[in-house]
Amino acid sequence: MNSLNGRGAGPVGLKGIRQYGPLLPALGLVGLLYGGGLLLALAQSVGLYGLGERGFTLQGYGELLRDAEVGGSLLLSLRIALLATGLALVLGLGLALLLRGVGGWAIWLGQLTLPIPHLVGVAGMLLLLGPSGWLARLAFQLGWIASDQDFPLWVNDRGYVGVLLYWLWKEIPFAALVALTLLRGMGSDLEQQARLLGASAAQTFWYVTLPLLRPGLLATGILIFGFVFSAFEVPLLLGPTYPRTLPVLIYQRFTHINLEQRQQAVALGIILLAVSAAVVSLIGGLFAARVSFLQLPFGSAGRSPWRKP
Amino acid sequence: MKGRRWIGGSLLRLGVAGVALLWALPFGVLALWAFTRAWYFPDALPRAWSIAGWQQLLSWGSQFRAAFGQSLQIALFTTLLALGVGIPAGRVLGTRPVPAWLRLLLLLPIITSPLAVLMGIQGVLIRLRLDSTLLAVVLVHLIPTIPYMALVMGSVFARFDRGYEAQARCLGADPWQVWWQVTLPLIAPGAAIGAVFAFLISWNEFLLTFFVGGGRVLTLPMLLYSLLQGGNNTLVAVVALLSVVPGWLALLGASVCLGQAIGLPPREVQEGES
Repeated sequence: MNSLNGRGAGPVGLKGIRQYGPLLPALGLVGLLYGGGLLLALAQSVGLYGLGERGFTLQGYGELLRDAEVGGSLLLSLRIALLATGLALVLGLGLALLLRGVGGWAIWLGQLTLPIPHLVGVAGMLLLLGPSGWLARLAFQLGWIASDQDFPLWVNDRGYVGVLLYWLWKEIPFAALVALTLLRGMGSDLEQQARLLGASAAQTFWYVTLPLLRPGLLATGILIFGFVFSAFEVPLLLGPTYPRTLPVLIYQRFTHINLEQRQQAVALGIILLAVSAAVVSLIGGLFAARVSFLQLPFGSAGRSPWRKP
Repeated sequence: MKGRRWIGGSLLRLGVAGVALLWALPFGVLALWAFTRAWYFPDALPRAWSIAGWQQLLSWGSQFRAAFGQSLQIALFTTLLALGVGIPAGRVLGTRPVPAWLRLLLLLPIITSPLAVLMGIQGVLIRLRLDSTLLAVVLVHLIPTIPYMALVMGSVFARFDRGYEAQARCLGADPWQVWWQVTLPLIAPGAAIGAVFAFLISWNEFLLTFFVGGGRVLTLPMLLYSLLQGGNNTLVAVVALLSVVPGWLALLGASVCLGQAIGLPPREVQEGES
């Protein structure tokens, strides 16, 4: 200990450990589990480890490039995620603006939607939208359809209508909740000021409200996108058997008897992670780090960090 | 003028109620299914009501009880461990200059897909004979919960005034007393939020358990998944409704902890406004 201190570099190192040491257990555990798993996956995907180990080869990735289904699945996942994110943000913001004057109970009600497990929502959607679901029954009672065959296929359909409806059901309240929280933290001083200075309601929204909300909304969009893009159980249960979204495709290849397919699955998993990581860091990962988790769901987390004192 | 505003207000309330009703539809259907045994196609409402599903699931030794217990065990352990490492980490994140990439790195396990990681880990868990054990499930549940907790606690500590600690030290408290009597009470509301969310992440987790549990660790989402394959809608509905309850209770608990009554603006916003 003393010799370390004596060398001059010691105190800095010790101080560093004192200051940053408390980070180590968290970083160590996540690094071991997440980082370790990722490294092993990388090794597997190039044939250096695991079942079907046969020395370094990029065959797994090469086969993926030639596989038309992979590209299709990637595009499908991206399309669903982008559509769900965009619609959820726009409709959520609209809802929040409507609810703005309503009072705290709107936030409270919105919070109720957060802890609902995906499988519960999926079960509800299946019983609501399915071929003999409640909506089909309602349509029959109203005389709109003559039999359950006439009801449009909204679950396990190739158009992914059911999946998209599920995401809207789940994510619009989330986006609205965040927007409401942000609106509250923002107060209405600046908007009133703009109105007093002669701006129209539309101008005020466009030049004052929206720019103030943008960082928070961006962070929310990143979260929703990341979630929808890599979701597994929702497309597995509400989506069709073909075309499959990327996570479902990965799972099916990973559980395939053919070991080469397994290697492909791992390679695909890394591609999936890389795409979502790229999108996340592309759209201002910094904002997400500062905004999203500081104050997303709970009103009490309060003040927005970008707000001027 | 006043009349028009009143009409506008009621229209708004009507619209909000409509949206809320639309949103509640899936739950309504689940609630109906939970109290009937057979409900055939053209009937908009069940012809006969029954609580057989509830009786079957809540009876002693049922699969549901086992799954509920395991879910609870896993979620509680995960939350405790995440609190244990997340609070110290949050203190550093909130009070010291930490490079941006580190924060981004902590976000990755929350936002990106864990599929690749799971496929990588699986082999190791099998070699360690840990696959299909509760321990393995808790370990993988830590992957999203620790970063989440660290970031939440980081934001808590960022607003934490360390002057209180210095004051207590000046008055002769030892570090333990400072921690128990000053720091902990001050960060408790934030830690409660973090704990609720860690609990919920673990409680609702499907994919991680699905991969690592090997079909032998039966949590509520696993049970619901297998019931969904089976097609007994009554059981599906009962399990689905019961899976939501702890989440709502936890949320309610957190709200109560924070003294955040319905309709009252958060205290902090009020202070910020004045």
